[in-house]
Amino acid sequence: MTVTELVSYEDALASYDPVMGLEVHVELGTRTKMFCGCSTALGAEPNTQTCPVCLGLPGSLPVVNATAVESAVRIGLALNCEIAQWCRFARKNYFYPDMPKNFQISQYDEPIAFDGYLDVQLEDGEVFRVGIERAHMEEDTGKSTHIGGATGRIHGAVHSLLDYNRAGIPLIEIVTKPITGAGERAPEVAKAYVAELRELIRALGVSEARMEMGQMRCDVNLSLRPHGTETFGTRSETKNVNSLRSVERATRFEIQRHAAVLGSGGTIVQETRHFHEDDGSTTSGRVKEEAEDYRYFPEPDLVPVAPAREWVEELRAGLPELPRLRRNRLREEWGISEHEMQSVLNAGAIDLITATIDAGAPADQARKWWMGELARRANEQGTELSALPITPAQVARVCELVADGSLNDKLARQVIEGVLAGEGEPDEVVEKRGLKVVSDTGALSAAVDEAIAANESIAEKIRGGKVAAAGALVGAVMKATRGQADAARVRELILEKLGVQG
Amino acid sequence: MPGITREEVAHLARLARLELKDEELDHFAGQLDDIIGAVARVSDVADEDVPPTSHPLPLTNVMRPDEVHPSLTPEQALSGAPAQEQQRFKVPQILGEE
Repeated sequence: MTVTELVSYEDALASYDPVMGLEVHVELGTRTKMFCGCSTALGAEPNTQTCPVCLGLPGSLPVVNATAVESAVRIGLALNCEIAQWCRFARKNYFYPDMPKNFQISQYDEPIAFDGYLDVQLEDGEVFRVGIERAHMEEDTGKSTHIGGATGRIHGAVHSLLDYNRAGIPLIEIVTKPITGAGERAPEVAKAYVAELRELIRALGVSEARMEMGQMRCDVNLSLRPHGTETFGTRSETKNVNSLRSVERATRFEIQRHAAVLGSGGTIVQETRHFHEDDGSTTSGRVKEEAEDYRYFPEPDLVPVAPAREWVEELRAGLPELPRLRRNRLREEWGISEHEMQSVLNAGAIDLITATIDAGAPADQARKWWMGELARRANEQGTELSALPITPAQVARVCELVADGSLNDKLARQVIEGVLAGEGEPDEVVEKRGLKVVSDTGALSAAVDEAIAANESIAEKIRGGKVAAAGALVGAVMKATRGQADAARVRELILEKLGVQG
Repeated sequence: MPGITREEVAHLARLARLELKDEELDHFAGQLDDIIGAVARVSDVADEDVPPTSHPLPLTNVMRPDEVHPSLTPEQALSGAPAQEQQRFKVPQILGEE
């Protein structure tokens, strides 16, 4: 394999203008497959979720999943698309064992949704509009395992094994119009688009869109044209770029590779390319020539889908608030910056914080706990924030206990630790671990006296008017009481005993 | 001028993984050309107000609710497979060494 020579990103952008096209496949979260009643549950034993329809046995007939069509229309509407008055499915013919029928049922020139856009917000707040060419319905393929060969890859494999549980799961393919004008921000726009699309899909509740689970997959088409020209260059198509970070890296790599090829007088080959997570590079896949001849024709076993206009309008009226607008609204309500909101989004904390606020916590407190202590623990355990065994209601109760003075931050962290360890509700943890702030004068007085006696020189400074030095004594008392003293009350007592005014 | 050329038949045969001998190509190209020519006569009688039909029935929106139905057992699913391994369909090498 030849090492690809690259030019620097800056040099590439100095000579060329990148044009992108993004194709995203989303597996819908329906209970059953697109054309049959087989379950779509994940993790089943191989070939336990198949039937004559999804195995392509003779005489079987597909029937469209009504929920999948509804999801497709809702996705189309959320992407500001036109919804087809009437559209058909089409057969995409190819020989490959991932589809036992030897064709995939898809849509060809009559997609259910077309001509829309999605506004995406970049990290600095700039809004970039990405045009949507189409969103169409199709079915997923089976899963291949390649046996033999050095690397477990398809090349050199002796034979392959097929599990058709995934064959027939509803997919929506969303294709952008050519994305121009992004310039040096092209990789960032690509990533932001896929991220926004994922948020949108989740907000619609049509899929969990977890990229690491293959529920959302992205192909990146990229070409370069010299500055000042209108005609698009030849594109490459990098397949299965399956994380947000990879979308950005693959785009960047292809910009640098194309520029190197074009700059040295070469021509770009129209081909598919494979992305490599380890070093962020792409390598040549199959060259597109005959492979593209899918001989699409209208699917004779399915009648057309003609979404009634009243129904479409009903679905439009029921769309949730768009994620970008919701984020901006919440950002204002919470009084935080674009950058802080981006961190909350990246941490997957928006819904958790919102739910904590709904359960009675102040916005700043809710955000503080989820983005601080809890984010740290999730990070340590390598898990998602939402997977931590603590509920927004429990976090809200901790906030309440801090607000009424029963807990300080240090004790609150211990309560959270207890809840995460399965010791029960926050109040039970407080009870069992004896985590109450001690603000009772009698109990604190002795500890304060001891601290003063042990730190006479500091006490003298305070008597002399250096009130700021009281912090050291407060610290000593907190240490002696294992963090359970009410720090404000301790400070009052110290100043009182030393005869100075706070 | 409708019809199909010998090259197109060879191309389709390749896509369909059919190995045709030269004389078979000649034979099928002639036959297919006749069939396509015969079918094309429909366009002669169909005026512009008659759209191409892909479904004979005037039906739309035939759908089913998203309810799970029992699947085949893996034994049933694999019963027609020429070869199987690890409860999966076993297929010959897909790509040769490159």
